[in-house]
Amino acid sequence: MSSRRSRSRQQTGASRNITDEQIADLVSKLQQLIPEIRNRRSDTVSASKVLQETCNYIRSLHREVDDLSDRLSDLLATTDTDSAQAAIIRSLLSQ
Amino acid sequence: MISKGATRNSNSRRIKFARRFVSALLHMRNQNPRPGSLSIEGSVRTRSQRIKIAAYLSMAQAVGSRRAWSRAVLSKLGSRARRHMRRMGRSSLGSLKKKRVIRSYSPGELGQAKKLRQLVPGGETMDICSLLEETAHYITCLATQVKVMQTLADNFSK
Repeated sequence: MSSRRSRSRQQTGASRNITDEQIADLVSKLQQLIPEIRNRRSDTVSASKVLQETCNYIRSLHREVDDLSDRLSDLLATTDTDSAQAAIIRSLLSQ
Repeated sequence: MISKGATRNSNSRRIKFARRFVSALLHMRNQNPRPGSLSIEGSVRTRSQRIKIAAYLSMAQAVGSRRAWSRAVLSKLGSRARRHMRRMGRSSLGSLKKKRVIRSYSPGELGQAKKLRQLVPGGETMDICSLLEETAHYITCLATQVKVMQTLADNFSK
C-alpha cells in the first residue's frame, strides 16, 4: 500500500503517518455498523455526520445497559432460584 | 458481509460474555445485599449499579487484552483496581490522566472525535485511526452485550 503522502508529512515526535484515505476507509467501516445510517442508505454521508451518529448510538447503547441493569436488578429480587435458573437456561438456549 | 471467521469470533465472545455475566448475576443472588453490608468495598452500590459494572466487566473479560478499550475497562473496573482504590483512598484514575500523550491530529475530525474519545474507554490517548478502529469493535461488543441482557430480562419475565 503506497504511503507516499504520509511519508512526506512525517515529523519528529508526533509522527503523522496517517493518510486521509485510511481515515475515510475506517469511517466507512464505522458507517456500516450504525443502524441510523445503514437504514437510511444514502451514500453521501459526511465523516462528521458518521462520528456524530456514532456518539449518539454509543450513548443510546449505554442508556439501554442502564435500563436493562435496573430491570434485571428488580427481576433478580423477585424471582426464586428455580425460576431464575430456568430463565437463564432458556436465554442461553435461544442464543 | 461478515466473514465466517468473524462470526465464529463474535459467537464465542457472546457465549463467553453470557457465561461470565450470568455467573455474576447468580453470585449476586446469593449475596442478598443490604445497604450496610456493602461498606466492606468502601463504596455502597445498588444492585443495579453492580449489575451494570458486572456487564461491562464481563464483556471486557470476554474480549481480553487484545483491544485497547477492553484493557482500559479492565484496569478501571478490575478487582485489582478496586483494591487499589480502597488502599489509596482516592481514585486511581487521577494518576492515569496525568500522562502526557502526543496525539496525531487530523484536521476536520477534531470536533466530533473529542466527544467520541470520552465515550470509548481509553479513547483519550488514542490516535484517530486507533480511535476509529476501537470504536467499531466497541460498538459491536456493546450491541452484543445489550442483546444478551435483553434476552435474559425477557426470559425472566416469562
